[in-house]
Amino acid sequence: MNNGIDLEYSFNEILKSIGVSQQIAHIIWMPLPMLLVLISAVIGVLVTVWLERKISAAAQQRIGPEYAGALGVLQPIADGLKLLVKEDIIPAKADSLLFTAGPILVLVPVILSWLIVPFGQNLMISNVGIGIFLWIALSSIQPIGLLMSGYASNNKYSLLGGLRAAAQSISYEIPLALSVLAIVMMTNSLSTVDIVNQQNTAGIFSWNVWRQPIGFVIFWICALAECERLPFDLPEAEEELVAGYQTEYAGMKFALFYLGSYINLILSALLVSVLYLGGWGFPIPVETFSAFLKIPLTSPTIQVITATVGIVMTILKAYFLVFIAILLRWTTPRVRIDQLLDLGWKFLLPISLANLLLTAGLKLALPKFFGG
Amino acid sequence: MSIALTTQLICFSVLALIIVIGSLGVILLENIVYSAFLLGGVFMSVAGLYLLLNASFVAAAQVLVYVGAVNVLILFAIMLVNKKESLKPKEYLNSRKLISTLICITLLSLLVRVDLSKVWNIANPESSIGEEATVRIGEHLFSDYLLPFEVASVLLLMAMIGAIVLARRDVMSEDISTGLPVKQELIEKSNEQILIEKN
Repeated sequence: MNNGIDLEYSFNEILKSIGVSQQIAHIIWMPLPMLLVLISAVIGVLVTVWLERKISAAAQQRIGPEYAGALGVLQPIADGLKLLVKEDIIPAKADSLLFTAGPILVLVPVILSWLIVPFGQNLMISNVGIGIFLWIALSSIQPIGLLMSGYASNNKYSLLGGLRAAAQSISYEIPLALSVLAIVMMTNSLSTVDIVNQQNTAGIFSWNVWRQPIGFVIFWICALAECERLPFDLPEAEEELVAGYQTEYAGMKFALFYLGSYINLILSALLVSVLYLGGWGFPIPVETFSAFLKIPLTSPTIQVITATVGIVMTILKAYFLVFIAILLRWTTPRVRIDQLLDLGWKFLLPISLANLLLTAGLKLALPKFFGG
Repeated sequence: MSIALTTQLICFSVLALIIVIGSLGVILLENIVYSAFLLGGVFMSVAGLYLLLNASFVAAAQVLVYVGAVNVLILFAIMLVNKKESLKPKEYLNSRKLISTLICITLLSLLVRVDLSKVWNIANPESSIGEEATVRIGEHLFSDYLLPFEVASVLLLMAMIGAIVLARRDVMSEDISTGLPVKQELIEKSNEQILIEKN
């Protein structure tokens, strides 16, 4: 198996050659990928906010942001700066400790989950063995933060929003986990790298979306519900609840919620592309190209091109999904709370269980196509 | 001492401190909501301890089940009920406190004695299986622990059916325990006036 570029190894070799011990080199290396991923996540949010503004404008036949930079690309930065210098208000009768801790508890698990997103064979923070399960576990912490901020605001709309958010994310966690389980069953591994590698044997035809069409749809619906995007944005339904759990928040604390929800959206899109759309894989496998051009896979040029194509493909697929999510947000009406819970418990849960059974059966019947 | 060992020691001390202080807070704090949030913190720190023991799957399962499900449900229940109730003072409070302190100290000394008995089979850290543990847990669950696993699932099913029966009293015409007919109307609170009428 071609291992691709291993930046950590090369970095350690360089440091060792100038006389730094192995342990020190490791400690110097560790913050670098984390910082890089954090920065790219924030830039991803800025891009998504701009896209949201522009696409919503197009959907409503407006022009959208125009004056801040060319085509308004600097608008999200202006938004961010505005939130940064706004006064940070804590309501007089709110519980200031929980009020502050809430947004942090919402944001931290989402950022931690970026640990497992692979942009290439070795281009991720850490290839942890429990991989995708870590994301499911971490995303279950978020409702605590939402409940906390809903309670601490001392406002009935906030509390209702927090309770709705918790109910929604508990209900949709189960079909989400079950559809991931079907993928894991086919791959025999929880690691995201293994999941992508299994899909990259024959280019676009070996992507999981063909093998798991039902799982793909369930996962996408549940991911939207977990991100509280529009068909499912009940926790902050502005016509009913003002702004849900965010009602009392202003300034940087509000910005944390805003950031968290967009980072979560990008993360979900990235994970859909990792689980179902072949992750960093190009629609035509790189092996075919290099065989066609008669260049060995280990040559440096091919390695650099493969890595670049991998990153570009991952981001392209993720942003395609973000685009669909934005389009959905500006074109679909909101569901009612009973419809939401009915959809989760009475439709998605049985379907995802049946999908799991079907996958297990197909895996035994056709081990060649469904992972032996 | 190597850097890795020092880091482990620091992590362990911090986690242990959070667990001890957090669980004391769960018991001693007056505000039940604070107790519930602290309980979540304690669960998270226990997950951290599992992580230090190289049991990453168990750690993630701990977070998913205890923090993500149990603790959220506890918070949910507290916030939905949210009823201020003045409790009646208990009789013989001092003697009750004395007896419970005695029992707790006896239990603690027993635990300390057990801890010092040196019968523990400490696994060699070199032989830990790490990431392989997930596969090993699955194998055990479906071979020698199959019966407990199935019994646990039946227990959960019973609990679920029980909860549904208790919640949906409208489908039962009589009470299960007493045999008396059940009131069919919804249980509602009396309507409180929120705004004070201006005279």
